Amino acid sequence: MAHHGKGKPPRVGDNKIFRAVLLTIVLLLVGLMIVAPLVVIGVEAFSKGIVYFGQSIADPDTRHAILLTVITALIAVPINTAFGVAAAWAITKHDFWGKRLLTVIIEIPFSVSPIVAGVSYLFVYGLQGLFGHALQAAEIKILFALPGIVLASMFVTAPFVARELIPLMQAQGRDLEEAATSLGASGWRTFFSVTLPNIKWALLYGVVLCNSRVMGEFGAVSVVSGNIRGQTNTLPLHIELLYHDYNAAGSFAAASILAGLAIVTLIAKVALERQGAGRVQRPSALAGADSITPEVKP
Amino acid sequence: MKIRLDNVVKEFETFRAVHGVSLDIESGELVALLGPSGSGKTTILRMVAGLEYADAGAIYFGTENATDIPVRDRGVGFVFQHYALFPHMTVGENIAFGMKVSKVKRSPQAIAERVKELLDLVQLSGLKDRFPGQISGGQRQRVALARALAVDPRVLLLDEPFGALDANVRRDLRRWLRKIHDELGITTLFVTHDQEEALDLADRVVILNKGRIVQEGTPEAVCRNPADAFVMNFLGDANRLDADIRGGKAYVEDIAFDADGIADGGGEILFRPADVTWREDGQGIAAKIVRVIDRPDSRRVLAMTGNGQPVEFDTAPEFPHRKGEAGFLQIRRPRVYAAA
Repeated sequence: MAHHGKGKPPRVGDNKIFRAVLLTIVLLLVGLMIVAPLVVIGVEAFSKGIVYFGQSIADPDTRHAILLTVITALIAVPINTAFGVAAAWAITKHDFWGKRLLTVIIEIPFSVSPIVAGVSYLFVYGLQGLFGHALQAAEIKILFALPGIVLASMFVTAPFVARELIPLMQAQGRDLEEAATSLGASGWRTFFSVTLPNIKWALLYGVVLCNSRVMGEFGAVSVVSGNIRGQTNTLPLHIELLYHDYNAAGSFAAASILAGLAIVTLIAKVALERQGAGRVQRPSALAGADSITPEVKP
Repeated sequence: MKIRLDNVVKEFETFRAVHGVSLDIESGELVALLGPSGSGKTTILRMVAGLEYADAGAIYFGTENATDIPVRDRGVGFVFQHYALFPHMTVGENIAFGMKVSKVKRSPQAIAERVKELLDLVQLSGLKDRFPGQISGGQRQRVALARALAVDPRVLLLDEPFGALDANVRRDLRRWLRKIHDELGITTLFVTHDQEEALDLADRVVILNKGRIVQEGTPEAVCRNPADAFVMNFLGDANRLDADIRGGKAYVEDIAFDADGIADGGGEILFRPADVTWREDGQGIAAKIVRVIDRPDSRRVLAMTGNGQPVEFDTAPEFPHRKGEAGFLQIRRPRVYAAA
């Protein structure tokens, strides 16, 4: 790389004009598509002053929407985390028939529009649906209530944790678990003292992504929640409702809460990525696979 | 602890498989399972460890049938090819792990003392608080050995223990492992595809091919009396020439070799490159030099026999002959086998 003489033509991508054009395009698009809308949220939320912002947030319906969103996340995220760990564990450390199919199925929520998930839940749990009458007879309310919202959110976010873990656990192989077991550790002990510490950053990363998606999910939830103000409105749905009420400032105020959650998520994500990078000192996930780190002589 | 494998079978969907292997390992013996990749040697080792279950047959530890004892309770020390050290634990914590999870409760002081003792044994006393990623490959392998020994295993099993190391580190570790074994006297079984390693280290070598034992014996026995052409080839460089066997003699281009007890018909003779002398006086198989290759301590000559079979042999660096010259190959210690 040091031999970049003056007379020689630049390597691919080294051309100054090319670089300038590329950077301009990228920065322009980032500004227009990502930064500008976020700035607008902040500006509009406070367009009628801080007092109005406070009032908008303090509105009982908005407060209820925030609460509902948090409750949904508190239920859906742990369940999906447990599911993700179990699925990744099963897929990477065990052999069974249909393993590939399972891997594909887990990814389905990524490729299916959330609204499709919502509609399909209607058909399964709705009055005209498969279990509709049975559920009504048992007086269990799933649709247009918290269970429906949680289920729809879980469907959409099912792959997040598993997807973070599977590649990592595949790369780690089974050696560490086999070593722990041969040393006399039980299954639980092996999981908690060997497997978990080696996947914890990826796991947290998956949880953070899963959480932000649960809190922000609109499409699937909007179908199954019924949009009952103060009862089944989650924060994203509430924002839309306020907007349709021509309450732009209120809608933006609520949106700023959601955006705030997103920023917290982002900070957590960056912090976690730092930790991931930190693993070079607290050596890599692949203890055996040689010499990612240079040899240190005593 | 004496180990006995009785007609052990393992089938896989893939090519790795073990077909009815029986083997006795005496208490305190150091035995090498030697074979090319896919010969089933690692599978056998993993079955002894309990990391795989045998489809048929039995494995005994002493008089106890260990076939169905899970790995956790089998009391084996297993050293993995890529060490499998726990990357988030220090060297000391790695070694202590087995004692901490053991059903036999030990006090923290007892564990700390044992860790220190083992670190001394593997000569890594100063590295207790390092992480596996901060030490060299050879050091990692020694930590892996210390960790396996910490639980006082009945048997020590090593899977390609030096496969991932540099050649000179490998040689040092080999001699060192032999020393440790002699000190501790623990029954040890290790897998390798490197014949030099097996011959250097083991009391007894078990040679495997395609999931079957083809020969077992001391390094001397397998080197001096290879059971068949596969073993002869696998243990080192070998030349092979077609032969006709008639009445207890093997004929190679009209030169006769002793072939007592081998049935008439097709055959082959094998011999080492060091067992050939180049002559100009008409004794031996006629050949022509094709190429001369220089090595630090010798000269390797590539020749072609009269009917076009290649032969390689080693000579002194002063060997005066050059490409194109004709002469005769005199063969010492030929081994004659019936055609496979």
